[in-house]
Amino acid sequence: MKLIFKIHSMNIHEYQGKNILKSYGVAIQEGIVAETPEKAVEAAKELSKHTGTKLWVIKAQIHAGGRGKGGGVKLARNIDDVKALAKKMIGMTLVTHQTGPEGKVVHKVLVAEDVYYPGESNIKEYYMSVLLNRQTGRNVIMYSTEGGMDIEAVAEKTPHLIFREEIDPAIGLLGFQARRIAFNLGLSGKAFKEMVRFVSALYTAYVKTDSSLFEINPVLKTSDDRILAVDCKVNLDDNALFRHKDYMELRDLAEEDPAEVEASKHDLNFIKLDGNVGCMVNGAGLAMATMDIIKLSGGQPANFLDVGGTANAETVEAGFRIILKDPNVKAILINIFGGIVRCDRVAQGVVDAYHSVGNITVPVIVRLQGTNAEEGKKLIDDSGLKVYSAITLQEAADKVKELVG
Amino acid sequence: MSILVNKNSRVLVQGFTGSEGTFHARQMIEYGTQVVGGVTPGKGGQKHLDRPVFNTVKEAVEETGADVSIIFVPPPFAADAIMEAADAGIKVTVTITEGIPTQDMVKVREYLKDHETRLIGPNCPGIITAEEAKIGIMPGFIFRKGPVGVVSRSGTLTYEAVDQVTKAGLGQTTAIGIGGDPIIGTSTLDAIKLFMDDPDTEGIIMIGEIGGSMEADAAYWVRKHGTKPVVGFIAGQTAPRGRRMGHAGAIIGGKADTAAAKMKIMTECGIHVVESPAHIGETIAKLLK
Repeated sequence: MKLIFKIHSMNIHEYQGKNILKSYGVAIQEGIVAETPEKAVEAAKELSKHTGTKLWVIKAQIHAGGRGKGGGVKLARNIDDVKALAKKMIGMTLVTHQTGPEGKVVHKVLVAEDVYYPGESNIKEYYMSVLLNRQTGRNVIMYSTEGGMDIEAVAEKTPHLIFREEIDPAIGLLGFQARRIAFNLGLSGKAFKEMVRFVSALYTAYVKTDSSLFEINPVLKTSDDRILAVDCKVNLDDNALFRHKDYMELRDLAEEDPAEVEASKHDLNFIKLDGNVGCMVNGAGLAMATMDIIKLSGGQPANFLDVGGTANAETVEAGFRIILKDPNVKAILINIFGGIVRCDRVAQGVVDAYHSVGNITVPVIVRLQGTNAEEGKKLIDDSGLKVYSAITLQEAADKVKELVG
Repeated sequence: MSILVNKNSRVLVQGFTGSEGTFHARQMIEYGTQVVGGVTPGKGGQKHLDRPVFNTVKEAVEETGADVSIIFVPPPFAADAIMEAADAGIKVTVTITEGIPTQDMVKVREYLKDHETRLIGPNCPGIITAEEAKIGIMPGFIFRKGPVGVVSRSGTLTYEAVDQVTKAGLGQTTAIGIGGDPIIGTSTLDAIKLFMDDPDTEGIIMIGEIGGSMEADAAYWVRKHGTKPVVGFIAGQTAPRGRRMGHAGAIIGGKADTAAAKMKIMTECGIHVVESPAHIGETIAKLLK
């Protein structure tokens, strides 16, 4: 029952998130995105014209946090700095605690205004996110006086410094709630008013954009008492993209695993892992359970792959091709529970796909259970291919153990 | 006995005339479910699968006495369909639709607070009382009447468990797929409570997965109030943190929602946790001997 082309997650870049926030009246640290050092210089000049900034922050645009520590956020003191830093950053592989050891290649930088300028009042960083509380089924604004750092560390060490404001969906964020947030953050005067406005605009943006997560870290109080989003992580609810077709363009395929992009074209739900046994399963829960049984049999799952409700020759072939691109794969386990899908059809699909892919050198275990399972097993057994059949999950597990355990 | 639905349930199909609705309504009728009619706005007055089609749920309830509905309405309109069922006084509404926006479900959950309606799902395979009524998309032939209640967050993994139970010589009272979304109408705990109160259910199988705290909530309740053996399995022991594994709800956020953490809590609460999904059937069979 799918209405739109399905993708499994919709992360967007900082600059795209900030554009969305700004369009809903959320005050942001201004910036211009650039793909070359020359464009970065133009962006810096343009930015100074609009904001009067005399310093610039060069920020690598990748779909991962922790960029500062990895060298992906640098201050430029003059235009030559801007060019040099942009040149160094664009094309570099940035490794942060969220990218994994292989890191991510930087294709774009955001040239942003300096908002940490000195002035009359103290500069202060806060943390704020908007997300769903699954227990209550309501949206919640989570915030803390401890901004600019890893919020999980804050939650562990000083949980009393994290506050929550839950919102009644029928009524929305109320005035007193926005004020309570500003009071809890210790604000007064102009900064207090700015924070109330900031929170209200942020919540409106979250609901109107059908987001599943906003994380603003830090929210900054400047030395002249403005409240700004300096960084932002925006996750959009992919189930709601039919209401926001323009957001589809924000997807950056360069940020995603190529195998996962390829899989999504075939409507397959695929996640690459680093094990040695590939798997192909119908249903997300059974797919996870199949990965578990691979581990219990002495192997390591090489991927998560849910072929969904229609396991036919075409989807099985696409699945084979994606799994076989991974040189670590030593065996493939196909696990299909036929309900509406008939096992003999799936078996025929496996045989056809096996032939059309050709040159499959790793052993394939096909476990078929449910509608016409016996007929399916016979088809596999009679095919003459290097394919092992199994009916119970335990038989499949034992076979995995025999081959890679 | 059984829980929530049985052979006397009078079932309405919302999204009756669409291809999914038609296909599964036919299968449900073949299983013996009392499908009394359907709703497709604008097609009221027609006949479909020999049953009346209505424009609104309210009208359908008045004419047919339906007390249960199943929803095959596409995602943009599904939340509205759930609330329409609640407004019409439907007692149990089963939502099969996958891909309903979360903010729509936030509204639904709020709306249902003022109604008697129990929602099952969305994004679920439905509910079946063995050899009585199938209100869902599961393959009927794997079920046998028997003493085991099954509650699960997933589809095919439920079938796997049910099949193992049947092949172990037992059968099921009711099996309920509660769905894999972040917001669902019936929780693991809700289903466990119903099974504990059902005289025919002698043992319970509870299948969970990574993400959220539903299994832990259920486990703590079982420790205090449980009167029947519960077998548990959590899918996703090998799932990486921060990656969503198919279901929108299946993502490891904090320390408490990993498979290992849930399995530990469940074990401490006296639930018979199996590491391997291949051992679900034999474990419940041993316990009920």
